[in-house]
Amino acid sequence: MPGMDTLYRVSALNTAYAATIDGDRLEDWPGFFHTDCLYKITTAENVRRGLLAGIIYADSRGMLEDRVAAIRRANIFENHAYRHVIGMASILGEDADGIRAEAPFLVVRTMRDGQMTLFAAGRYQDLLRPDETGALRFAERVVICDSPRFDTLVAIPL
Amino acid sequence: MDDGATILNTHHWPAGISRVPFWVYQDQAVMRAEQKRIFEGPVWHFLCLEVDIENQGDYRTTFIGDMPVIVVRGEAGALHGFENRCAHRGALIAFNDYGNTKDFTCAYHAWRYDLQGNLCSIAFQRGVGGKGGMPREFDMRQHGPRKLRVDSIGGLVFGTVDPAAPTLEAFLSAPIVAKIKRVFNRKLEVIGRFTQHLPNNWKMYAENIRDTYHASLLHLFFTTFKITRFDQAGGVTISPDGAHHASATIGKGIETQSVYKDQGIRSDSEEFLLRDDSFLASSPEFGDDIQLQNVALFPGTMLQQLYNSLAVRQTVPRGVDGMDLHWTFVGFADDTPEMRKMRLKQANLAGPAGYVSMEDGCIGNFVQRGVAAASDEIAIVEMGGYESESQNTRATEASVRGFWKNYRRLMEI
Repeated sequence: MPGMDTLYRVSALNTAYAATIDGDRLEDWPGFFHTDCLYKITTAENVRRGLLAGIIYADSRGMLEDRVAAIRRANIFENHAYRHVIGMASILGEDADGIRAEAPFLVVRTMRDGQMTLFAAGRYQDLLRPDETGALRFAERVVICDSPRFDTLVAIPL
Repeated sequence: MDDGATILNTHHWPAGISRVPFWVYQDQAVMRAEQKRIFEGPVWHFLCLEVDIENQGDYRTTFIGDMPVIVVRGEAGALHGFENRCAHRGALIAFNDYGNTKDFTCAYHAWRYDLQGNLCSIAFQRGVGGKGGMPREFDMRQHGPRKLRVDSIGGLVFGTVDPAAPTLEAFLSAPIVAKIKRVFNRKLEVIGRFTQHLPNNWKMYAENIRDTYHASLLHLFFTTFKITRFDQAGGVTISPDGAHHASATIGKGIETQSVYKDQGIRSDSEEFLLRDDSFLASSPEFGDDIQLQNVALFPGTMLQQLYNSLAVRQTVPRGVDGMDLHWTFVGFADDTPEMRKMRLKQANLAGPAGYVSMEDGCIGNFVQRGVAAASDEIAIVEMGGYESESQNTRATEASVRGFWKNYRRLMEI
């Protein structure tokens, strides 16, 4: 049975993760992941049916850095910001692979004209391991959105 | 009556196919006429994949324009389709995205339909204890949801409401059928589904998927990494009626960036390099050097081959100023694990978060908002001339004109 310490460390990581994205410090976002990692955005229906594709599918920190570079320099979209609300994590287990955890999230999107939308709701399915400094990092973060539908586009990561 | 002639009583559209008035994206009467003349007209619409409904009784629900439809596998492998509307009070007969069933029973009053959409029983038809029930003369055979003609090609299932529509192959035309079969040549397997809501009239996306001119200008990712450029070989194939289009980009592209530099265009950024470009390591799988093939089928379906990323994009209108784009990412049932992994990684390229497609999610809305007060103004569609013939360049809007050629013909507008 994982202790309070694990729960605290996972929760603190989630809080920092949200603050990094919502604070537009996207360059720091890949640092939450191990060099070898999986970051994927998919839907609950795809998970239920065992369909593996995601709208973002990165299997290295380099691919996450490329995402950020593309958002900053290549892709065109109207200015907007997210506000993540990440609920209390559940620690599902801890073994040689690392800590398995899950946390629910809501993301509100605010457009430049002030329009606010409940953009996404779902859960993070995570595998976490400490890096060489002992800090927890994501070996896997699968973003499972409850809705099959995405409004307009997904540029900023969830 | 909302038809083309009536609409032209109050709206003006210059002759030809190279000018498009903005009211066509804004008007409710136009939308109602489109439902009758395009969605329920002599047009075949993508419904689902054969592998979505492999076994008898497997069904999926989808839409033809505003019309909810059920497509189902019947006896002996037959494909059936019918309107998802109970003959009694009009309720949806099926209200799940998919399932398997022996027959369909409306939830409201339990009227029951077989897999072909025939009304086959009515609850309490003879009443209870000799009281109530339907009139004796009521003939179930005279009542039922509208049936579709259903056919498939390359594992893609299409349907049409119009008994007078040509055959599916004739509708698509031989050159387009060949482009479809080039990619969709064996058993498919779905690897993921996503829906993207686009806040624009559906026709803006129908134009976008035919607009080879914008690809390397709006989508910087394409240009920088030479996935498609005007200086790569390729061109567009357009069906004789203008309705359908297939574009191809051939070869890996060339190193020179002078074409773009000379134009002083934003979308050329030499210093933009990828840290991990493993997902671009494509593997030719169709026996040729075509890196990219986009097939746009009238009105709003797009079959995508982007390296090894294969997808079907289905357009469903949602009111005058919105639409849902249904993405079905596929591979082949006989994919190696390496090929499957490559498809998963290349799904980054196109989709709601696609490196070379996300802009399409917002660009139609930029137009929708831009023309808000310009109903009587017109868009210019004259790159590459005034007609809609096949061309060996992608710096053209010939396929967009082809869309309007077929649109004006069907709408009689």
